[in-house]
Amino acid sequence: MTLGLFIPCYIDQLYPQVGQATYTLLTRLGHQVEVPEKPACCGQPMSNSGFAKAGAGCLTDFAREYARFDHIVSPSGSCVLHLKESLEAQHSPLAHRVYELCEFLHDIAKVDSLPARFPHRVGLHQSCHGLRGLGLGSPSECRVPAFSKPARLLQMVAGLELVPLDRCDECCGFGGTFSVFESDVSVSMGRDRIQDHIRHGAEFITSADMSCLMHLGGLLSRQAPQMKVRHIAEILAGTEELAMDGHGLP
Amino acid sequence: MTHSAAAHEFQRDPARAAWHDQTLWMVRAKRDRMAARVPEWEQLREAASQIKEHTLSKLADYLEQFADTAAANGIHVHWAADGDEHNRTVHSILKKHGARKLVKSKSMLTEECHLNPHLEKHGIEVIDTDLGERIVQFQKMPPSHIVMPAIHLKRAEVGEVFHEHLGTPSGLDDPQQLTEAARQHLRSHFLTADAALTGVNFAVAETGGFVVCTNEGNADMGAHLAPVHIASMGIEKIIPRQAHLGVFLRLLARSATGQPSTVFSSHFLKPRPGQEMHIVIVDNGRSRQLARSDYRKSLACIRCAACFNTCPVYRRSGGYSYSYFISGPIGSILAPNVDKAAHASMPFASTLCGSCTAVCPVKIDIHTQLLKWRQDITAAGHAPWWKKAAMHTTAFVVRRPALFRLGGWFMRRTTPLLNLLRLDPWTQSRDLPPAPAQTFRQWHNQQSNKK
Repeated sequence: MTLGLFIPCYIDQLYPQVGQATYTLLTRLGHQVEVPEKPACCGQPMSNSGFAKAGAGCLTDFAREYARFDHIVSPSGSCVLHLKESLEAQHSPLAHRVYELCEFLHDIAKVDSLPARFPHRVGLHQSCHGLRGLGLGSPSECRVPAFSKPARLLQMVAGLELVPLDRCDECCGFGGTFSVFESDVSVSMGRDRIQDHIRHGAEFITSADMSCLMHLGGLLSRQAPQMKVRHIAEILAGTEELAMDGHGLP
Repeated sequence: MTHSAAAHEFQRDPARAAWHDQTLWMVRAKRDRMAARVPEWEQLREAASQIKEHTLSKLADYLEQFADTAAANGIHVHWAADGDEHNRTVHSILKKHGARKLVKSKSMLTEECHLNPHLEKHGIEVIDTDLGERIVQFQKMPPSHIVMPAIHLKRAEVGEVFHEHLGTPSGLDDPQQLTEAARQHLRSHFLTADAALTGVNFAVAETGGFVVCTNEGNADMGAHLAPVHIASMGIEKIIPRQAHLGVFLRLLARSATGQPSTVFSSHFLKPRPGQEMHIVIVDNGRSRQLARSDYRKSLACIRCAACFNTCPVYRRSGGYSYSYFISGPIGSILAPNVDKAAHASMPFASTLCGSCTAVCPVKIDIHTQLLKWRQDITAAGHAPWWKKAAMHTTAFVVRRPALFRLGGWFMRRTTPLLNLLRLDPWTQSRDLPPAPAQTFRQWHNQQSNKK
């Protein structure tokens, strides 16, 4: 089975290590992974800003390039949600073949063990679009049995300790262009998310969404540089620990 | 003023903003605990959602049934197409009775119609009797929250308002003493009012009766003492049957304040002997919203404000940062129906985190409607030119690999400078990440070449 890997624009440009970790992880699990040449962006920034029509071309590119795959995986809950909802609105069968990485590992690949080690105290930031949009976990507002796919995967990582949080799934305040157009509220929300992790002694904040981590990491580097952000793919691939052991990336 | 500009003002006092956030988060947490005690909570939400959906699909029929039954019960029924007609109707009833003083319990509809200034213009004294509403009325301010109108004020500030208007000692901040002062003050008005006005939480088509929920009993004090009781209701307040009340009353207070039920859920069916009872049924743009398939579900709202309390943006920007009298997430989808241009920034005052939708007891797809309004608002031309230009440029660049690579290369080279200059809203508070040596695609192409 060949997987189509979708690396969103900002991960490609700013966080290549997240793409590498995702690629490494999926190939290590025995998948053939391909990255089509053209699509860069899912179109979400345009849509969230009220210019969905301007972003529609991104979706056309995506649908054309990825139609040949049975499964399409991306390490970004937010982009995946946008793709799914937009494709669904067009009644495209592709809508049901796009997966966020944790969703794919948990539901399709059904991994029950990972050769990863990350001996740190980690806070899981449950990104809203993944949590409430894709159903990666149970939102705290609803009275449904508690579960979290990203947390289950993290529990497979040796040495990793998940810290509890006071507000287990409050938004970090990124919200795409919201972070720029409503920067005061955005920054205030981000600082509160960080304080919650600090209070519980987390060394790292992880998430299935690099965009939330871009916002939180950007705040951290100014005010609490001892705490770091790591995309969940980096932890699950164990790339950091492998690198430390001198194995490096494949 | 745009929401972001008003939020900027609110955030100038970070300690106060943090207090506001924590106060409302406490309410949200209480709501969670109360909801958790009802094992069938999700089924209740689904039932409420379906009842509302059904009612909206036959709204005219149920309204007529309600009006006929209410009239048969001896209630005078009035219809108002808009706020002005509502105000004129209320005034004419008061005029007929020579009423000079009206005690009013909480009714967001009368805020919507601007009833108080209309009546005051005609020499009628209007006393808001909900404690929170009375406080903001003293301040000549609108409520900042539809359920807790003065939640933005600290105890000491209420003490100062009471000192100024009720003559309590300066510096008083003991809740018991403040409440007692308010109680005495309001009682004197209940006893001397010529008429009482209440809102309507639920109107039952089957019985022609209606239910008013308060925590202070102020609606009852007013309505039971005054010779005239006027109830103002929006057309969306209707539910088909008495049996449906159980679903909504169980959801309302738990969602609103985390109480098992409101302290008073009073059922009014007909006037008591010697009293006159009126009900004014108001449209004011609701049937327009009903006709818009994308937004009709917003009419299912039961005004519990759970979406306010859970909204991380509302908690950190306050009710006055929104341009409509109903603020928060639900206000942000109701306001553009009234005036797209005036409230153009409201649907953007959200991260689309979806917490509002998940908390809503009647399952309104609030964040989806927010996103839809964004498209409608920009399509109507209510977006700054530079935003439009930025979005079209981005859309153009990301679809052209060579241009995208070039743009990315340029951006990665400039991030250190941007972090240094801190000229844009992002870098003023946040660092952009250090630029990596190569992009994912470059790395991936190298991998492919190795094979």
